[in-house]
Amino acid sequence: MKLAMRLKKRVNRSWQVDMMLLLVLGLFGSFMAVPLIYVMNNAFKPLDELFIFPPTLLVRNATLENFADLFQVMKNSWVPFSRYIFNTFFITAAGTAGHILLASAAAYPLAKHKFRGHKVLFTVIVLSLMFSPHVTAIPNYMIMSVLGWMDSYQAVIVPAFAYPLGLYLMKQFMEQIPDALLEAAKIDGASEYRIFWQVVMPLVKPAWLTLLILMMQMLWGTDGGSFIYSEQLKTMHYAMGQIIQGGIARAGVGAAVAVIMMTVPIVTFVFSQSNVIQTMASSGMKD
Amino acid sequence: MLQPKGRLARPQRKWELFIKDMKRDKHLFVLLAPYMVLFLLFTVLPVVISIFFSFTHFNMLEFPRWVGWENYSKLLWNDDVFLIGLKNTLIFAVITGPVSYIACFVFAWLINELNPKIRAFMTLVFFAPSISGNVFFIWQIIFSSDSYGIMNGFLMKIGFIYEPIQWLQNPDYMLKIIIIVQLWLSLGTSFLAFIAGLQTVDRTLYEAGAVDGVKNRWQELWFITLPSMRPQLMFGAVIQITSSLAVADVAMALAGFPSVQYGAHTVVTHLVDYGTIRFEMGYASAIATVLFMLMLGTNLAVQKLLKRVGE
Repeated sequence: MKLAMRLKKRVNRSWQVDMMLLLVLGLFGSFMAVPLIYVMNNAFKPLDELFIFPPTLLVRNATLENFADLFQVMKNSWVPFSRYIFNTFFITAAGTAGHILLASAAAYPLAKHKFRGHKVLFTVIVLSLMFSPHVTAIPNYMIMSVLGWMDSYQAVIVPAFAYPLGLYLMKQFMEQIPDALLEAAKIDGASEYRIFWQVVMPLVKPAWLTLLILMMQMLWGTDGGSFIYSEQLKTMHYAMGQIIQGGIARAGVGAAVAVIMMTVPIVTFVFSQSNVIQTMASSGMKD
Repeated sequence: MLQPKGRLARPQRKWELFIKDMKRDKHLFVLLAPYMVLFLLFTVLPVVISIFFSFTHFNMLEFPRWVGWENYSKLLWNDDVFLIGLKNTLIFAVITGPVSYIACFVFAWLINELNPKIRAFMTLVFFAPSISGNVFFIWQIIFSSDSYGIMNGFLMKIGFIYEPIQWLQNPDYMLKIIIIVQLWLSLGTSFLAFIAGLQTVDRTLYEAGAVDGVKNRWQELWFITLPSMRPQLMFGAVIQITSSLAVADVAMALAGFPSVQYGAHTVVTHLVDYGTIRFEMGYASAIATVLFMLMLGTNLAVQKLLKRVGE
């Protein structure tokens, strides 16, 4: 009874420390949020407000001018801004879809079957989590030029299919599926492909959404790396860089692009948050 | 199991077993193949190529010429700029690595104590910077050298300074600003993994702990929470170490490339310099290999350390 009482008040908690920790959280939370709030407000500031001294954080008379200007400014460039938007959308959608499909297909055998070499394969995947893409950038450039994929969408899309983090998370998540379920499907005469597609895939929906978020974030922010040169194939991130080069005169338009850039991943995350966290719960490496 | 008869029988039987296994597992290999082919082609092969080319002189025009350890000795003993880059990278890694790792955990832990609605909101607040694409250029506006920069404007308004500071051109400030921005960006995948890990810790352990004499939340943290989420801690460490050793994008975007007096030069910017500007592929590969070894070594060392949590 005494224990139950204490649990209701939550064990081992004092309100003083609670308040202090909340304060810390609020302080750092605003450090995280202020730059994003600033850029969002900048996007809606009319020209005269952008040049106020000292600069203000919040917008007073919101306007959509900057978004209209964005399309106006880019009208005079080689390709219309909508083309950059399309490129980014296309690369993100194709890369993410391919990655989810191929990584899940590869994760299923690794998670649920013992076959020759499964340990080696998984060790290589874990090791490859330990180096950044920068290490492989130059050889990748050579491989792309040998394949003749320079200056094409697939130079960005296809390597994204085989990004190691997605396979890793998917495999960890699939391990939680009870074996009995797969056995049952097998006894009912389902082939491995059918088990994968009709039993496993529907069960790992949270993991898909996680991969969606991670890949989307990566591809949405890509500037095409060192592979893409033609203006028609370049992405929004690249266009953003060019606009920002324009300096203070384009501050409003730059902020408008940034808002377009950040809205899509953030909104997707808001809608899939609980699923993402569910997947991450199984993300650990066992020692 | 039957003992194989004679000397010849054994390898033959092994081979038969192998074929049998392969036949049994052929569906699995079909599922694995597409991913693995691409993975080998775009991740494993590049590492192998990189290690191989690091022992050659290769400029993309002539055929590679074998030079042994020459690239490495030049890199480590004769390249002052590389040493600046290495020093900066280590400063970054030693500060941003542990700080961001601990921050990921502390914020995840604090957020976990909130009620679900506020928890979801705060998760978004902390995660948003790392997910919002490459909008870290905002910091370029904040630390802009003229008085329109929000930082200069603010400091001048309160009378702290009288003329704008050249934040991103001064090597003294550059490194510090990049560290701040890097920290701002660093609450990513491992932060989510920690939030998730905290939610899976068995609640009854806390009750048991309270009965067994755990007195406050700090003891609870060390003896119950941390050991329960050791797997997520390992995963987070790998992600955090790797990204803190590969600082480059932020440095190049904010301080320019090359930065004034190499103040924001890192191993990766050095790699970019030799790989994509000077086309000295052999030398660039040696830089990449050194970076790879550095990441691998740190990861293995930190994993050993993490196994002792909660002891």
